[in-house]
Amino acid sequence: MIQFWIISGYLSLLLLLGLFASRLFRGTSSDYMLASHSIGPFLLLMSLFGTTMTAFALVGSTGEAFKEGIGVYGMLASSSGIIHSLCFFLLGVKLWGFGKRYGYRTQIQFFRDRLDSDGIGLLLFPILVGLVIPYLLIGVISSGVVMQTMTAGAFPDLFPTETIATSGGLPPWLGSLMICLVVLTYVFFGGMRGTAWANAFQTVVFMVLGIVTFGVIANKLGGQENLWENLRLLGEAVSENKAARGDMSKTKFFTYLLVPLSVGMFPHLFQHWLTAKSAGSFKLPVVAHPIFIMIVWVPCVLIGVWATTGLLPAKPPLPGNPNAILPFLVKTQAGPVLGGFLTAGILAAIMSSLDSQFLCLGTMFTNDIVGHYFRRDANDQSQIKLARGFIIGVVAVTYVLSLFKPPSVFALGVWCFSGFSALFPLAFAALYWRRLTKWGAYAAVLATIAAWGYFFSDAVGRAITAGNPGPIRTYTLDLTLGGETYEVMPVAAIFLASLVAMIGVSLVTRPPKQETLQKFFAP
Amino acid sequence: MPRSLFAMILTLLVLHQDNWFWTDDRLVFGFMPIGLFYHACISIAASCVWFYAVIQCWPADLETSNLESETEAKVTEGGAS
Repeated sequence: MIQFWIISGYLSLLLLLGLFASRLFRGTSSDYMLASHSIGPFLLLMSLFGTTMTAFALVGSTGEAFKEGIGVYGMLASSSGIIHSLCFFLLGVKLWGFGKRYGYRTQIQFFRDRLDSDGIGLLLFPILVGLVIPYLLIGVISSGVVMQTMTAGAFPDLFPTETIATSGGLPPWLGSLMICLVVLTYVFFGGMRGTAWANAFQTVVFMVLGIVTFGVIANKLGGQENLWENLRLLGEAVSENKAARGDMSKTKFFTYLLVPLSVGMFPHLFQHWLTAKSAGSFKLPVVAHPIFIMIVWVPCVLIGVWATTGLLPAKPPLPGNPNAILPFLVKTQAGPVLGGFLTAGILAAIMSSLDSQFLCLGTMFTNDIVGHYFRRDANDQSQIKLARGFIIGVVAVTYVLSLFKPPSVFALGVWCFSGFSALFPLAFAALYWRRLTKWGAYAAVLATIAAWGYFFSDAVGRAITAGNPGPIRTYTLDLTLGGETYEVMPVAAIFLASLVAMIGVSLVTRPPKQETLQKFFAP
Repeated sequence: MPRSLFAMILTLLVLHQDNWFWTDDRLVFGFMPIGLFYHACISIAASCVWFYAVIQCWPADLETSNLESETEAKVTEGGAS
């Protein structure tokens, strides 16, 4: 019951924060969608970091380390530290400049203008929305599962289940509904300003709680007098295959470097970039992002590998699902109060991504479809009403879809990232290559769709044959050279297809108009 | 992008593929597997490279255009009042 009250207190605090942010609302659509370009360095750092770090940063990192060992840090975290900041530096700052100068609110507005093409917006819109939806579903479903596990035992008569680990906990439909309503409330009233404030608050919460949890679990598992002794004991207990990467493919590790490039094409991150007060606001996020990733990931990876050691009590047995390892350890090793706070931390990580995605989809529907095709003359108040209406619609649709619990939605995560990564060359070329043409852009998008569709259907075929969604998540291309087989992430092939198509078609089609180039490139 | 920054980023990416520690399970400070410690250092090195980038390679034209647009906005606001 303590956990339930701590979680409820946390969610109430968030609602208050959202309502407070709404008091600062200036009543314009630019303020609602972009916080009037007023976000300074600290808020920008926290909101960018909170948005890019989903629940995966806490729960998934521990689970992956439990399965694969310490190699997941290099594959997923240190690579992101290099690549995310690269995207902020190369794309974010420049796009912010164009956004401020030409009044963009969405990526599609920029691409339409840069490529002199209305159709590119129609082609990109369903792809961007389609790639964000599974990402949203993962957050909403995860929040319901986390709420149920961590409140188990609180309502034994109201919500009994057959499994002891979940009996008496809030059912997932109710937990997900609570999270959706809290996020909807502060996004609805606070817009981008409320989202940025909530993101900053939640990022602090999940970073601090992550470190506290690390210390508490280390002390409990080690059982010695001080933290240092416990760390040494736990470190020595980790087996060789988890402390090194003997089982991990080097080529898979290498090609995974392309996955974080997805950040360059996330529509919700594009919108956050535009909120910056000045170009200088980007400096702190560019520098601090890799360190922040390290602060969150290193403790989680260590907890994950410790869970594989014999220092864990034999009872209760570890859960079969690796993503349940961290909540399980917190529940069994840390006690109800810390358990309640850590649940708040996990929910914070989930909500700090959901809010930006909900707001972004609402902004895209308002500007790229309704505003562009049907109501070009809509005034500020109408635009805000439209955006709020679409946000309610997006939240409602996502929530209803989550109730069906699509079985392979979690396996879709890396595929969504791969799709966005394959569109990175387009974003980069739009800013740095004068010769990029609209036909080259079409070719890049179509090549991405074709290659992504081909590999994804192959993965689905393997999953059907296997009778479980595992092969969708673990799918790799096996290249045989000189008798050796090398595992390559499908993103490498999709990225290459997009890049080659974009360059090839751009070079054989008519260059962009001079006035367009003058608008986007210095003479 | 200046050559120095390009070289630093390229070096980071090369160092990221640490085949030399692939099967090494030694512990640093007695508790941290060396592969994890090395990549935590890569994260710190990445921050240092980006610190260099914002100090030495920051796009000055954007800062200037930002100041200009703010000045314009203030002039307009002053005019309106």
